[in-house]
Amino acid sequence: MTVDLNKLHAVGAIAEAAEGKWGMVIDMDLCTGCQACVAACAMENNIPYVEEEDAGYGRSMHWIRTERFWEGEYPEVKISGYQPMLCQQCGKAPCEPVCPAFATVHSQAEQLNLQVYNRCVGTRYCANNCPYQVRSFNWRDYQDSRVRPEITILANQFNPDVTVRRRGVMEKCTFCIQRIHKAQDKAKSEGREVEDGEFTTACAQACPANAITFGRIDHPESLVSQLARSPRAEHHLEELGTLPRVTYLKEG
Amino acid sequence: MADRKHHTSHEEHLREQRLMLDPMPRGKMNEMVMEAMHTTSWKFWLVFGLLAAIVAYALFYKWGVMILEGLGVAGVNRPSYWGIFLVNTVFWIGISHAGTFISAILRVFKAEFRRPFTRAAELMTTFGLVQAGFSIFMHMGRVWLSYWLMPIPNQRQLWPNFHSPLSWDLLAITTYLLSSTMYLFLPLIPDLAMARDRTPDGTWQKVFYRTLALGFRGTEGEWTHLRNALNIFAFAIIPVMFSVHTIVSWDFAMATRPGWSSTIFGPYFVIGALHSGMGAVVMVLAVVRGTMKNMKYFIRPEHFEAIGKLMLIISMAWAYFFFNDYIVQWYGGDKWTKELLHWHEAGPMGWMWFAMLIFNVAIPWATLWNKKWRSTPWLIFIVGMLINVGMWFERYIIVPISLTINRMPFTWRLYQPGIEVWLGIGTLAFFILLYMTASKLIPLIPVWEVQEGQMAHSLKKYGRETVVTVSELE
Repeated sequence: MTVDLNKLHAVGAIAEAAEGKWGMVIDMDLCTGCQACVAACAMENNIPYVEEEDAGYGRSMHWIRTERFWEGEYPEVKISGYQPMLCQQCGKAPCEPVCPAFATVHSQAEQLNLQVYNRCVGTRYCANNCPYQVRSFNWRDYQDSRVRPEITILANQFNPDVTVRRRGVMEKCTFCIQRIHKAQDKAKSEGREVEDGEFTTACAQACPANAITFGRIDHPESLVSQLARSPRAEHHLEELGTLPRVTYLKEG
Repeated sequence: MADRKHHTSHEEHLREQRLMLDPMPRGKMNEMVMEAMHTTSWKFWLVFGLLAAIVAYALFYKWGVMILEGLGVAGVNRPSYWGIFLVNTVFWIGISHAGTFISAILRVFKAEFRRPFTRAAELMTTFGLVQAGFSIFMHMGRVWLSYWLMPIPNQRQLWPNFHSPLSWDLLAITTYLLSSTMYLFLPLIPDLAMARDRTPDGTWQKVFYRTLALGFRGTEGEWTHLRNALNIFAFAIIPVMFSVHTIVSWDFAMATRPGWSSTIFGPYFVIGALHSGMGAVVMVLAVVRGTMKNMKYFIRPEHFEAIGKLMLIISMAWAYFFFNDYIVQWYGGDKWTKELLHWHEAGPMGWMWFAMLIFNVAIPWATLWNKKWRSTPWLIFIVGMLINVGMWFERYIIVPISLTINRMPFTWRLYQPGIEVWLGIGTLAFFILLYMTASKLIPLIPVWEVQEGQMAHSLKKYGRETVVTVSELE
């Protein structure tokens, strides 16, 4: 990261934003594009499936997606890489100031971007202003069994720790905040701090290649911090000054 | 003898040309306006019924469907999260601009040709803003919670986010709606009093006019108060008008998106609003002149001629701002902006980009320079319509087409309109419907302003020369 954090601290207004807490490292060398993270994320966070027609029209609702890049023209195509893309939990997030209803806010405790579903009125300004295009909108009542009787049976596998969202509401990756809270509660009841590697996000847990690592980036000795110091580390669209918390290890 | 005859015909010619030099007894003129309001043919009711049906189906029924099913029935998607809803919002706010522009700026500069059509223009402001309001509320995912955007004190102390350009937008549009409605109402009071005095007792119209006329009797003191208030409003509403469309442009300019974050968007949007608004004014005037009784006396080719000149200047100004916006973005060389500009011109919707330039620049420049052409109502009606189509295209290019290109090529996808086409047609029908209703309820011509102007103007002879003189009344 080229931004000098110490300098940012001096500027009171964004000092809070500059200090990250939770972070992620994604190793593009290891990613095989298998989409296990996408499936695990959908199961963990009660993300609805979207029918073929809507999904083909750009309305699929995954909080993490595997972007596929290729070289050449069909049929002489060579896959040149996969790039899992999820909310970068920016320290200075472009989505936050534009929401007129304060539905997109910054958590002081966890240093994450929160989406308050209850407060969202659906102007979709945040999604327009997200340079990473990682927000997904509930175009229809995908989780209402009165509208979609076929999901009644799927409702049995909802994660009870996560809410379901109704139509007209924006949503996005939360870094599995329900898991963060669970681990913190457990640690607190045992009178200790949360240890590195004690828990992880659903996508990181599901990744068969271990390409995704999650943890505390404010602890210099944590695995995620060590990986983030790799010479291969880079941040997406860093030039916009969004201070993303997800570090990508480019193919080396 | 021949010389004298020549003089008379010159005078007649002047009177025929200019409403201000062609005075009519006050009582007669009042009657003409009342008659225009009361004469309703079956054609009016046919169009009225048709429009009412369109409004009921396209606006209210379709919107109801969308509220119940969600925005999935519209064409918005990722990455075009904003579609025709926002295009229409900007379009209608643009239409509403010419009303105030014509009325306030021309009043401030004491342009005499404004007198017969200020009200027709001001009505456009109010009714256009109503449609803009419809469009922006339709756009919301959960419109039933839209009151959360208003700073209403509540127990949980939740407040709207004043960092958001959308919050500024809401406040600006509300301010503009309130102030332009008051500005419409003020000069309407003497005419409402006129209508009240010419409406028989015991009718609901009498009650309507009596209530709205606020007991106006036309005393010296009342006229002084009215003039003072109008003077203050005419000056005060001009900065409000400029700020409103600048703030609308900030919805785009403040965002971190290629093609949007352009510092010239403020004035570019203001001039674009005036461009489409002036086009709409001539359209309305041509229809009013062609369909309503006695209107050929009030609205004459001189008015189309004068507005045509303004339209030509505004078209040039729009071209200047367009070029400015384009060249700076292109010269900047940002890779995403370059991609976007290429997409505008050579993408699947490239025809729209070229049509925009032809309708907004080429056609006005090719026609409005000619005094005879721009004085011809049907011709300038067509030019005004094409300008409006061109300006709608401009907003379409700025909103859904520009949204197609972002910094994540994986998500690029073209926008295909869905139910919002119906809803857009519904707002257009509702605008015309409101206008038709108003034309039957309130005097569409500000009679007192026309009479005032005619009193101030006179033809004087200096030797052989006939000269138009204007005295200062206000």
